[in-house]
Amino acid sequence: MNIFQPKTEADVAQVIRETNQGLSIFGGGTRGVCERGGNSLETTGLSGIIDYQPGALTMIAQAGTPLKEIVETLGQEGQQLPFEPMDSHAMLDLTGSATIGGAFAANISGPRRIQVGAARDFLLGVRFVDGSGNILKSGGSVMKNVTGYDLVKLLAGSHGTLGVIIQVAFKVLPVAETQSTLILEGLDDEAAIDALTTAMNSPFDVSGAAHAPSKNQTYLRLEGFNKSVLYRTEKLQAYLKKFGEAQVVNASQSESLWTKIRNVDIFADKDADIWRLSVKPTDAPKIVSAVGFKQHLYDWSGGLIWGTLPKGSNPRSALSEFGGHATRVRGQSGSIPKFQPQSPLVADLSEKIRNKFDPRGILNAGLMG
Amino acid sequence: MEMPAPNQNVLKRKPELVKRLLSVLPRDAVIDHEAETKAYECDALSAYRCPPIAAVLPRTTEETAAILKICNEMQVPVVPRGSGTSLSGGALPTADSVILGVARMNAVLEINYPDRYIKVQSGRTNLSVTGAVEADGFFYAPDPSSQLACAIAGNIAMNSGGAHCLKYGVTSNNLLGVKFVTMQGDIIEIGGPHLDAEGLDLLGLICGSEGQLGIVTEATLRILPKPEGARPVLIGFDNNETAGACVADIVKAGILPVAIEFMDSPCIKATEAFAGAGYPFCEALLIVEVEGSQAEIDEQLEKITAIARKHDPVELREAKDEDQATRIWLGRKSAFGAMGQLNDYMCLDGTIPVTQLPYVLRRMNELSEEFGLKVGNVFHAGDGNLHPLILYDANKPGDLETCEAFGAEILKLCVEVGGCLTGEHGVGIEKRDLMPVQFQPEDLEAQMQIKDVFDPQWLLNPAKVFPLDSSAERRNASRSLS
Repeated sequence: MNIFQPKTEADVAQVIRETNQGLSIFGGGTRGVCERGGNSLETTGLSGIIDYQPGALTMIAQAGTPLKEIVETLGQEGQQLPFEPMDSHAMLDLTGSATIGGAFAANISGPRRIQVGAARDFLLGVRFVDGSGNILKSGGSVMKNVTGYDLVKLLAGSHGTLGVIIQVAFKVLPVAETQSTLILEGLDDEAAIDALTTAMNSPFDVSGAAHAPSKNQTYLRLEGFNKSVLYRTEKLQAYLKKFGEAQVVNASQSESLWTKIRNVDIFADKDADIWRLSVKPTDAPKIVSAVGFKQHLYDWSGGLIWGTLPKGSNPRSALSEFGGHATRVRGQSGSIPKFQPQSPLVADLSEKIRNKFDPRGILNAGLMG
Repeated sequence: MEMPAPNQNVLKRKPELVKRLLSVLPRDAVIDHEAETKAYECDALSAYRCPPIAAVLPRTTEETAAILKICNEMQVPVVPRGSGTSLSGGALPTADSVILGVARMNAVLEINYPDRYIKVQSGRTNLSVTGAVEADGFFYAPDPSSQLACAIAGNIAMNSGGAHCLKYGVTSNNLLGVKFVTMQGDIIEIGGPHLDAEGLDLLGLICGSEGQLGIVTEATLRILPKPEGARPVLIGFDNNETAGACVADIVKAGILPVAIEFMDSPCIKATEAFAGAGYPFCEALLIVEVEGSQAEIDEQLEKITAIARKHDPVELREAKDEDQATRIWLGRKSAFGAMGQLNDYMCLDGTIPVTQLPYVLRRMNELSEEFGLKVGNVFHAGDGNLHPLILYDANKPGDLETCEAFGAEILKLCVEVGGCLTGEHGVGIEKRDLMPVQFQPEDLEAQMQIKDVFDPQWLLNPAKVFPLDSSAERRNASRSLS
C-alpha cells in the first residue's frame, strides 16, 4: 500500500505516470468518496491561495488548500463561497480537513444552491493531471468564458475519475449584510413542500428553503441589506399566510440554523446508510413515502432529500417512476453502486470519455460506472 | 478566415443525398435548389458566406435523428443552425455541408411553476420563452442582445450570456436538461427538472460545445419569478481608470446589480448622434441597474451613488420614473446600430479581469492608432466581458484584413492580462485560429478527444473552434474523398 502526498504539480504528474496500479484520489478525505486502505494520492500537499482579487470576486488556489483557510481569507474581505459547501465530518464520522479541490471535484453545494447555483457554477478554471500524467488546463479566472469546450464543468463532480485537480479558479460573492429565517410549524410533508415551492415562486429572493419533519419545522431564509431583509421578511410572512403564522428568527439564530441544515446533523443513527436524492421538488413527498426512509430532511425546496435507510437498502427502484437520482453518501454495499447508474447510451458516452482521460483506468476506477 | 476545401465526393453525390433525405422528410423540409440554399449562406458574421449543399428543417427529434443518421453514413458534414444570429460564424456552412435548422421545432412542451421550469423545443426564440411565462410573473434570465431572434438551440450551443448575467448567470447556469441527438442518430436525454444531472456533467459539456457534439432538440430551462421592479442609474467619468475603479468598488461593497454596462467616449459620441438619449459627453459612462421593491431599489441606489461620488463623477443621473429609465437604456441598446451608422464594424468579445479594465482600454487605444482604425467600447463591465467594436470599410481593399489583425491583437491582449478570447459569442471560425494563444497543444488535444467520443468522423460543424491545422488529421481521417 502506497500513500503519495505530492507537493508540486510536477510530482503529481510523475506519480501518475510511474504508477502501474490503481490510485484512490483524496483531497481531505472528508466526503466519503473513496475508502482508505489502498494505494492513494492525496492533494493536501498542494496547498495555498495563489491569487485573490476581492474587486473582481475571484480567487485562485491550489487544490489541497483547506476549505477553512479559503473561507477565513474570504471572510476578512466580507466575501464567501456562495454555494455553501457542507462540512460532512460529523455526518460521515470522518476526520481530516476538507479541501477546496475536493469540494469542486465532488460538486458539494449547500442550501443556497437553489438561489445562486451549484459549486460547478462557480468554478471558472481548473488545472488537472489526467490519467496519463499530462498537466492540462481548461477555463480561466474570468467570470464569462466560452473559449473551447467547458471541461471545467466536466471536471467538477467527476470525483477524481478524469484527472487529479491541482488548481482551481473560482468566483466568490459578498456575504450579505444580514439574514433572517421564517419558521413555519406543524406542516406535514406535502404542505411543507407546497409552502417552500410557493415561497420560491415569490419575488422575495429566498436563499434557503428546507423542511425538517423530525422537528415539524419548515424554514425559509432571506439575505441582503438590512432594510431589504426586513421588508421581504414581512412580505413573505404575508405571502405564506395560508400555511400559518411564520415565526421569525434573528440573524445569528438564522446563521446557526442553516449551518445545521447544511451539515445534515440530524441523523444520529450511525448504523444506517445515508442517501442523497436530487428530485423534482413537488415529487419529493411522494418519493419519500415510496422509499420509506427511517429519517429524512428536505432542502432545495424539496429538490434535495437526505434520508437514512437500513444498511444495504436501495431506494432507486422506488425513485425510478418519478425521475431524479440517488447517491449513497454513507455506507457500503458491494452490489449497490454509490452513484446512480445511467441510461445505456449516456453510460457509454461517459465510459468513452473516461477512457480518453484515463486510458489505463487508474484514477478512482469503477467509482462512477 | 480559411475554410477547408469541399469534399468533391459529397458534391458529386448530391442527388443521392437529397433522395435519401426526402425518404425521411416531407418535401417542404428539404431545401436543395441553389437559389434557396443561398438563404443559409451566412450567419451574423456576414463577411463570410458559402451556400450549403442543402438545408433541412426537421419538425421532430425523430426526423433530426433520421437526418443525422443519413449524413453520418454518407460522411456529409452537418452544420447546425438555430436562428443564424451567431457573431462568430458558428452557423457558417461549407459547400459540402447540410445545414440542419431547428427553427420549425419551436413549441412549448411543458410549463411548471411550482418546480420553476419550462420545457421547450430548441428552435424557440429566447424572448418567446419568457413570453410564454411572463403573464404569470416569470422570466427566463439569459438575455443575449439578439434575444428577439436567437434560438435556445443556439444559446445552448454558444452558452450565451447577456446584460443581466452578472446576477443570473449564463445559459449553462440556467439549463436543467436536454434531449440531444448524436451524429449517429441516437436520442439521449440528460438531466431534467431535478438539479445536477447524475454522473459526469455531460450537460455542462454539451452547453457551449458550438454544435460539435450533437443537436439539442428539447431543453428544460430554469424560470424565475420576476422581481418587483428595476431601475438604472447613469454615472459619467472623465477617465476610464476612475470608471473601472468605481465598478470594482460597487462589486466589493456587496451590492449585486443585475447589470453594470460601460461605454467609452467614441461609443458615447456615436450613440448620441444616432439616438439622442441625452448622454453627457464624457470619457466613460456606466449604467448600473438594480432590482427589487421600490424601497430596496432606493437602498441599493443610495449605496451606489455614495460610492460613485467618492470617485468624483462628472454626471450622476438616477432614473426617477419609467420614462427616464428607458432613456438611460436607449443609448446603450442602440449602441451597435449607432456604430453601424458610422461604418462597417466587427464586434469582438474578449473577457478580462475587471481589475485590468483601465490598462486594457488604454492599450486598445494605442493599438487603434497603430492600425489606423477606430474602436469603440460598449460592454458588460461587471463581469469584464468586453465588446470592442472596430470600425472598417468593407469596400476598401485590405480594410477587413487590417480589422481582423487589429481584432486579433486585442484578443491576445485579453489573454495576456489573464482573460480569454470569448466571453459569450463563441469561437466559431472567428477566433478558431487564435486558440493556441490561450491553450497549449495538449489542452486543445484534450478538448478534441471529447469530440472524438461524440462524433468520431468529425462531421458535426467540423471546421470550427479548433485551429484548422490541429484538427486536419481528424477531419480527413475517415473521409472518403473521391
